[in-house]
Amino acid sequence: MDIPYTVKPRPDTGLYNAKIGMWLFLASEVMLFGGLFSAYIFLRVGAPAGTWPHGWLNVTLGTINTVILALSAITTLLAWVALKLNQFPRYKVFHALTILLALTFLGIKSYEYRDKFLHFEVQLKDGRIADGHMVENKRDADHIVLHGHYVENRAELMDGHTKGKEHTELKIPRADIKRMQNYGPAHNNFLGIYFCLTILHALHILGGVLVIAYIWGPGSKMWFTDPERYTNRVEVSGLFWHFVDLVWIFLFPVLYLT
Amino acid sequence: MHATTQTMPHDPAHSAHHEAPGFWRSYIFSIDHKIIGIQYAITALAFLLFGFSLMAMMRWQIAHPGQSVPVVGPLLATLFGDVAAKGVMSADLYNTFGAMHGTIMVFLAVVPLLTGAFGNYLVPIQVGACDMAFPRLNMLSYQFYFVGGIIMFSSFFIPGGAAQSGWTSYPPLSLIVPTDGQTYWLLGMVFLITSSLLGSANIITTIIQLRAPGMTWLRLPFFTWAQFVASFLLLLAFPPLEAAGVMQLMDKVTGSSLFLPTGLAVGGKVAEVAGGGSPVLWQHLFWFLAHPEVYVLILPALGIVAEVIANNTRKPIWGYKSLVFASLALGFVSFIVWAHHMYLTGMGTTIATFFQTTTMIISIPSVIILTCLLISLWGGSIRFNTPMLFALAFLPMFGIGGLTGLPLGFSASDLHLHDTYYVIGHFHYVVAPGTIFGLFAGIYFWYPKLTGRFMNEFWGRVHFWGSLIFMNVVFMPMFAQGLAGMLRRMSDGGINYSKAQVGLEGALSPTIMELNHVILWGAVGLGLSQIPFILNLFWSIKHGEKIPNDNPWDATTLEWQTETPPYVYNFRREPIVYRGPYEYSVPGCDKDFLPQNQPDQPTSKP
Amino acid sequence: MSDAHSESYKNYTRKCLLIFLAVLCGTGLMVGASFASLASGVRIAMILTIACVNAFLVAGHLMHLISERKMVYIVLVFTVIFFIGLMGLTIWAHADVPHLKGV
Repeated sequence: MDIPYTVKPRPDTGLYNAKIGMWLFLASEVMLFGGLFSAYIFLRVGAPAGTWPHGWLNVTLGTINTVILALSAITTLLAWVALKLNQFPRYKVFHALTILLALTFLGIKSYEYRDKFLHFEVQLKDGRIADGHMVENKRDADHIVLHGHYVENRAELMDGHTKGKEHTELKIPRADIKRMQNYGPAHNNFLGIYFCLTILHALHILGGVLVIAYIWGPGSKMWFTDPERYTNRVEVSGLFWHFVDLVWIFLFPVLYLT
Repeated sequence: MHATTQTMPHDPAHSAHHEAPGFWRSYIFSIDHKIIGIQYAITALAFLLFGFSLMAMMRWQIAHPGQSVPVVGPLLATLFGDVAAKGVMSADLYNTFGAMHGTIMVFLAVVPLLTGAFGNYLVPIQVGACDMAFPRLNMLSYQFYFVGGIIMFSSFFIPGGAAQSGWTSYPPLSLIVPTDGQTYWLLGMVFLITSSLLGSANIITTIIQLRAPGMTWLRLPFFTWAQFVASFLLLLAFPPLEAAGVMQLMDKVTGSSLFLPTGLAVGGKVAEVAGGGSPVLWQHLFWFLAHPEVYVLILPALGIVAEVIANNTRKPIWGYKSLVFASLALGFVSFIVWAHHMYLTGMGTTIATFFQTTTMIISIPSVIILTCLLISLWGGSIRFNTPMLFALAFLPMFGIGGLTGLPLGFSASDLHLHDTYYVIGHFHYVVAPGTIFGLFAGIYFWYPKLTGRFMNEFWGRVHFWGSLIFMNVVFMPMFAQGLAGMLRRMSDGGINYSKAQVGLEGALSPTIMELNHVILWGAVGLGLSQIPFILNLFWSIKHGEKIPNDNPWDATTLEWQTETPPYVYNFRREPIVYRGPYEYSVPGCDKDFLPQNQPDQPTSKP
Repeated sequence: MSDAHSESYKNYTRKCLLIFLAVLCGTGLMVGASFASLASGVRIAMILTIACVNAFLVAGHLMHLISERKMVYIVLVFTVIFFIGLMGLTIWAHADVPHLKGV
């Protein structure tokens, strides 16, 4: 079955099918993340005073991830340029770099998630709050061990920039604990929307990696039969990849920096 | 193969290994848009019937609360156990059926029929293309739809049953119902939305890129225009609901509280949630889709009606350009009216005024479209066949639905009417005798193209008159009930409310309550009226009257200019389009219609 | 493969690398601004402005939006309008709830 304009652009629109298709898809993606960003603003503006945390995320890791994603955007473009210049081995290198960088991004992201899941806020029966990373949480033990510090008031935890007291090993008897909760999505709305946004973004990265890996690996046979169409595929997957980068360009400042 | 060449790709060597695929490749995993369209049609029609039967059982419960449902009562008791003990529908089961009736009708039946079935089958042929732009993606979108449907359907049989919180799934209610039905609902929706997004991007690309030579924008049949606008609505309005669905899934699965407010009490106790979320946020994101969705429901139906009316009045559609630009305007404005569903959320007067204004503005293009179709009848020599009867009935029924919407668009009157049966009556007039009549018209009209046979005309008329009468018997009394103050979603039909209020202002009079019986019998009659249709649909495949030629209705658009059923790549030769879509009764021609691909007479050639 | 052809792609590669550096600088500026002792509204506005510049560089040059076809522009213009509508009207509705006034 030969559908027209899969390779050559249609004269009156100047586009080949996959390109307009990808732009339409990206338009819907704009609305998807638009809905989520609107939700973010809505929740943040509507949060009662003093309940929206600041500086809870690791800016260093966020910055590194921003650089990684920006770099992968460049490598995917260089891969496309290599195909345009008929340099297939060079293309292979650059696209492989894209995949590796994307996987690194996901690795760092999962490390950040793990850090949040190990981070606990423990409300004690005497009103104090122990806050820190779980060191020991054995089911049969009568105590837990936390690497952190005590605060009197939850409000003290809301600004991550102001470091409280030195962190030490805290041994807390289970009998003293009123409520214990990690910094997962259920902790508060900032973390809820943070996980929601970044999980969805990470799923897009994962989807992008799978597609790029297919094009790079088994799909690359097409280069020898239909190079022009193959180049188009790389270009269109690049469009998606840049969009994912674009979303992160906003996610990073919105979640990590403001 | 480049499109500048005239022949479609069908060299024998090429098609040899294409035309002999096995059963699975030809019918189940087909990438032919026509087969996919038929797959959509069969699945969606099955869901339409299923959604209707849910409603029929609910109407029994409303009219006779606490009495065992006749005929299917024992089946209900077997399938659902305690919630349908002795065949009596409990409030929980009623809520489940209500939520799923709406969900199934909108997301699994009517929209897939309009865009999935009709859009898939007709749009590529009407623009003169050999298939959709992305055939594999097309197959994938059907499969997503199918999986979404399976998830929704199977949720009936999990412990606790399907979702219970209305098709709108407003939190916090949807989140605090302690069963898993809502999780299934959300998962199902994510699949259905993904399917819609892929499908609509495909239809738009097809219309932009694959128009045959000479098929300029203003030569597109109105049906294709309607599909184009509806696809844009799906493409851009659905993602915010997908975002909201993911957020609600987070709330449901991970225990976050994006939609749960601070201080939420459940069963008299403060809920163990972080709080700080906003239920109103869900309503914004939901209605951002669900209002444009109304136009997704109505535009393709208007497209079908336009085709049928032009064909059966034997004259051009009056104001083709007005129709096109009105539907573009309709699509645009439909994105900024959504909060008229939310006047009761404590919205301020400024923003309410904004949304009232846009709501009134959107009635202008709607009236333009309806008026164009109405004036198109003027002076035509109308052929009254079954598709035309449905198309003609569509006009006043949709008119009633549209006009009764105006009081809902004003916040002052909406405060009284909100969540009453008036609303139910209003949107059902738009969708049931409106859109579904359009769908019936389309099915009777294009059936010969798919099968080579007409559907039986006599039983078609029986179907039509039964449906028309009983639709009105069902939905007209709802306006009276709603104005009297009967609320929707009450599993006993308002009997307890009415008893509690005897002699007081706001009590429902016996007359109003009695209408529940009228509606029940109307619903039964409506169900019986569909039997001739179902039998006709299957019987006519083999036994219907054969069509005399490939263009039995003497139509002008491209789908009638190819063989029946269309060749696998639709056209043996790529069609070239010379004229607009509705050149009927052109003076000085020997026939009363000029197909779009018919060249000008040699004498008139420059 | 003509020399002019490969020359134009070499220039393009150079442009991409410049954009990468610009995005890096932007990111650095954002992080720096987040630690600046400014009123929070000013700080957020600064950071988001830099983010928009970065986004423009990526969308405009890496995605070739500054020299794209009319059809793509039409699609995106409508998308942006509806996006602004979604975000703007939702926030406006939130701000206009009567009992929240003056809080």
